[in-house]
Amino acid sequence: MVTAKGKVVAINGNMVSVEVDGDISMNEVGYVILGDKRLKSEVIRIRGTQAELQVFEITKGIAVGDDVEFTQELLAVELGPGLLTLVCDGLQNPLPELAERSGFFLERGLYLPSLERERTWHFTPTAKVGDTLTRGEAFGWVPEGIFEHKIMIPFGMYDAYTIASISPEGDYKVTDTVATVTDGNGASYDLTMRFEWPVKRAIDAYVDRLKPEEPMVTKVRLIDTFLPVARGGTYCIPGPFGAGKTVLQQITSRNAEVDIVIVAACGERAGEVVETLREFPELMDPKTGKSLMERTIIICNTSSMPVAAREASVYTAVTLAEYYRQMGLDVLLLADSTSRWAQAMREMSGRLEEIPGEEAFPAYLESVIAGFYERAGVVRLKDGSTGSVSIGGTVSPAGGNFEEPVTQATLKVVGAFHGLSRARSDARKYPAIDPLDSWSKYPGLVDTTATEYAREILFRGNEVDQMMKVVGEEGTALDDYIVYLKGDFLDAVYMQQNAFDPVDASVSTERQRHVFDMLFSLLGAELQFESKDKARTYFYGLRQRFLDYNSAEWDSDEFKRLESEIVSMIDEISSGLEPRAERIVKQRGQDA
Amino acid sequence: MRKVYSRIESITGNVITVIADGVRYGELAVVSTRYGESLAEVIRMRHSEVSLQVYAGGRGISTGDEVRFLGHPMRVSFSDNLMGRLFNGSGRPRDNGPALTENLIEIGGPSVNPAKRIIPRNMIRTGIPMIDLFNTLVESQKLPIFSVSGEPYNQLLARIAMQAEVDLIILGGIGLKYDDYLYFRDTLEEGGALSRTVFFVHTASDPIVEALMVPDISLAVAERFGLKGKRVLVLLTDMTNFADAMKEIAITQEQVPSNRGYPGDLYSQLASRYEKAVDFEGAGSITILGVTTMPGDDVTHPVPDNTGYITEGQYYLRNGRIEPFGSLSRLKQQVNDRTRDDHRALMDGMIKLYASYKESLEKKAMGFRMSDWDNKLLRYGETFEREMMDLSVNIPIERALDLGWEILADSFNKEETGLRTELIERFWPKEAAEAST
Repeated sequence: MVTAKGKVVAINGNMVSVEVDGDISMNEVGYVILGDKRLKSEVIRIRGTQAELQVFEITKGIAVGDDVEFTQELLAVELGPGLLTLVCDGLQNPLPELAERSGFFLERGLYLPSLERERTWHFTPTAKVGDTLTRGEAFGWVPEGIFEHKIMIPFGMYDAYTIASISPEGDYKVTDTVATVTDGNGASYDLTMRFEWPVKRAIDAYVDRLKPEEPMVTKVRLIDTFLPVARGGTYCIPGPFGAGKTVLQQITSRNAEVDIVIVAACGERAGEVVETLREFPELMDPKTGKSLMERTIIICNTSSMPVAAREASVYTAVTLAEYYRQMGLDVLLLADSTSRWAQAMREMSGRLEEIPGEEAFPAYLESVIAGFYERAGVVRLKDGSTGSVSIGGTVSPAGGNFEEPVTQATLKVVGAFHGLSRARSDARKYPAIDPLDSWSKYPGLVDTTATEYAREILFRGNEVDQMMKVVGEEGTALDDYIVYLKGDFLDAVYMQQNAFDPVDASVSTERQRHVFDMLFSLLGAELQFESKDKARTYFYGLRQRFLDYNSAEWDSDEFKRLESEIVSMIDEISSGLEPRAERIVKQRGQDA
Repeated sequence: MRKVYSRIESITGNVITVIADGVRYGELAVVSTRYGESLAEVIRMRHSEVSLQVYAGGRGISTGDEVRFLGHPMRVSFSDNLMGRLFNGSGRPRDNGPALTENLIEIGGPSVNPAKRIIPRNMIRTGIPMIDLFNTLVESQKLPIFSVSGEPYNQLLARIAMQAEVDLIILGGIGLKYDDYLYFRDTLEEGGALSRTVFFVHTASDPIVEALMVPDISLAVAERFGLKGKRVLVLLTDMTNFADAMKEIAITQEQVPSNRGYPGDLYSQLASRYEKAVDFEGAGSITILGVTTMPGDDVTHPVPDNTGYITEGQYYLRNGRIEPFGSLSRLKQQVNDRTRDDHRALMDGMIKLYASYKESLEKKAMGFRMSDWDNKLLRYGETFEREMMDLSVNIPIERALDLGWEILADSFNKEETGLRTELIERFWPKEAAEAST
């Protein structure tokens, strides 16, 4: 097949129509030739000999009759060692290198390879001549930061291949041939450490997909204990502006217990990415002792960058995530915000004059969102190890109203919903996740019967609170009032965290379990108070102590001292667990 | 010599179509009608059919009028001669000065590379305590003033324009009432700030297409000044008019509307303007302060809603005051630790007490008995509103901080403020301290 050529016949915004001479495929990449510039574009519709292309750049200056060259390649990313620490745009162009070339502004038509061509990597072969391998199986590795970066048979080679020759251990560039393989028909292929994969196809070079069951610890108590996310699972964070979506994601990107974090800043403020960009290299990863940047990839297509590339950016991100999953690593992809990605689709759909669905979003919105989140998952690889991709996406619903197409389509496919509430963020509660409305289908750090029991108290406390607004404190029964105080207490000392406190900002699994058990002994207890005033004073006193306890270093003397104080304060007024709570504790004892 | 076309195929709203070739997307043309000349921009091309958006509007255009393509996109002259001058949305002089033609620059240029951005670090002093003390404006920030019709947002902008510590002010007026435009001009002239101001003004009676050009022209000029090392403050009033102009044009072009008639790319369109705010490392900066009037005082209306997702906080202007609740400068944390040691603590402390004042006020309105503490809060709240929140208060931040302590000392004992003892020791007003002991 020869690559096709074409000529521009119509231009509308970032969409050009092209009269094509030759065969082209859907989602094939073409370049609009504009003087000495080549503007990258993607085929999004073909009708007879006319094709519509979305241009990843500003289209100013294109004229009818301009040449278009097609590549036969689908929109793809480059995979190989050197992706970690990368900061790139939605099409995988490294931004720092672009800045070196063109200064303050993003010059259109300038594309650079994302893997450094001159850098060498220390390759160690793990396969020998005569071995037969299939796609996704490793024949060597190079050290990349703290990881063993596996060099694999490219995912696009579907046959079984026999190694004809393999390079000895040594330093090679990504473009050097490190192995030669032959397929069943005897055709020979030279393999380098890099290859490409189309972004809109999920990488499927694994044996099995498994059920996500292991919790992915974020060190946010409210999430890990009550609204857990599983490794290989998906979750979404919808919230109105100013509720703290981005802050929550930034903190998760620092603390999450995974191997690699990929941040896709999709159509959001550039300033927020800059904070990550400038701070991560200086922050230390507590697990590895190296800079956080070494486990991070940042893909930023911020709001003022071309819209079509924004649409591509989430796919670029998830493809890179899947690539590292193939090495048996746990990857977390944070996409902020999926609404901007959906809006990019809406803009394109409008230009294509498709029949609009709800709020003018295209009718295929739901299936596209589902397709994206479904790329998360835990998989068993051909070598028996497992890897995972977890996806957390923020959603920016118009007017903060969750009854809109993007939020609703997302809720259908994710495993956990962390809805942020304006009321909680206005009350300066961090995280502003609404504990009443949010949900999760994954198992957490603490077993569900106990957390459900605690959440029920929160629900009932909230009901009492609503009622008190009408009948006043005087008209509320003491028992109800205690439930209200318990709920309020749970919220204040456990569900909320102090993001500025070095200890309280990230809480380990061990500590969460320990503290929750202690808290449970209070929540499940039958408490004796003479009056509401006494009850209130007691809880306020206990709260102060508990907040200090939260800031005390784990297992320190201060921690132990405060803990014994709290325990004795609880013992003072508790007359034992109520029957249901006791059953839960017993059950847990048996399970353990 | 470029070709002149003398046959207009169709006229719909502000969009005309001609059959032409050799035209480039985004190119500018001059349409000559019997009412004068107007610029027009290529917005769509289909084979040899070229659709142009006419800046002066479609009214009165005849199918036999001449269209002459200029071979370049929209440009504006850039030089120091712009200072103190007034232009309309097409960049033509509105004052009686000469048209500027030298050093033309393109508008709506590419985005800044995120890798070249830096974390903002300088505050902009405005002399308004509700901004300086409570929600500090930071260089390179983009902030809207959320308000409703009838509020003195233009007065506020004019005051900021006169007092803000920046090198240069660019005022972009979109759908401005003629009176307001005269007000801006006169106020800045009297205040002596005219010589460091450039105006691009589209008034409510000007053709709607020109409304779309104002932010782009203003920001293109700001960008150049910024690159030359100037600290530029761009004031845009009112961005809701800008969005409405976009809506009007999108609808006449039969685009599918997304939310309340606004085009689906409203977010991207607003973002590409607001995101021009930047601090150029080693050069100047652009700060954007816009006005967004909320139709029906509804913050969930598409324009304020999309704006809120783009900007770095917002000021709520209600009842002639910048509301302490809801108003937020997301970047204030970057600078308010370097002003004075008591800044952050005083900011939080005063707002917490003001929140308690509001609660007491509510209790009072419902007829509950007022405790001593309530009475103290009421006294505090009233003083706070009068001496600090009033927009006419004009004092530097240091004085505002002192004033904050004075207001606290006037109503409370030291320990009632909930502030750290160490700060109270240092900053509690001396006279009041003696009086209370």
